[in-house]
Amino acid sequence: MTMIVDVLSWVCLLAGGFLGISGGIGMLRFPDFFTRLHAAGVTDTLCAGLILLGLMMQAGWGLVAVKLFFIILFLSFTSPVAAHALARAALHGGLKPLLHKAEEDPSKP
Amino acid sequence: MFAAATLAILVTMGLALIRAFRGPTVYDRILAVNMFGTKTVLFIAVFGFLTGRPDFLDIALAYALINFISTVAVLKFFAYGDLDNTAATPDEGEDG
Repeated sequence: MTMIVDVLSWVCLLAGGFLGISGGIGMLRFPDFFTRLHAAGVTDTLCAGLILLGLMMQAGWGLVAVKLFFIILFLSFTSPVAAHALARAALHGGLKPLLHKAEEDPSKP
Repeated sequence: MFAAATLAILVTMGLALIRAFRGPTVYDRILAVNMFGTKTVLFIAVFGFLTGRPDFLDIALAYALINFISTVAVLKFFAYGDLDNTAATPDEGEDG
């Protein structure tokens, strides 16, 4: 039983680390602010959730698991709200998304 | 295994820092700093387990809340140039 929980928590930790690195690479390589927001906002939630879930399996039942659960809860509330506020502020600040550049070019004189 | 997760989180923090230094607009920098803060929370939690001291989770819990507050405060400051501008509405009816 302990072995199964160990393997599950390792899988969770490794998947969370992989998601984090892929989000960082997307953050670095995507061409536009809104695509970068997509890369960061989508991977942040699952990466944090998986890593903290893996830690929770290692900790077992107790106060540590309760603290980890509260961190998951706060992050899953605040991360989408922060991403939404960023997108809204960027739109309000006059930043336009990069849309259909190849189709717009011939129509211009 | 905790060491591998710590290494992955550190690499991600480095990538976010590169974007924060290189970002063309201020929103890119705020997004990168927000991501850096989230990864810091994860790093503190995993590092507590790596060194066998899970008491670090209290710090991670406080950091998660402070990170969100700081992101929203910096956004509001850049959008209005003022932290106490409650009378003006942000949108001119475009994106409701």
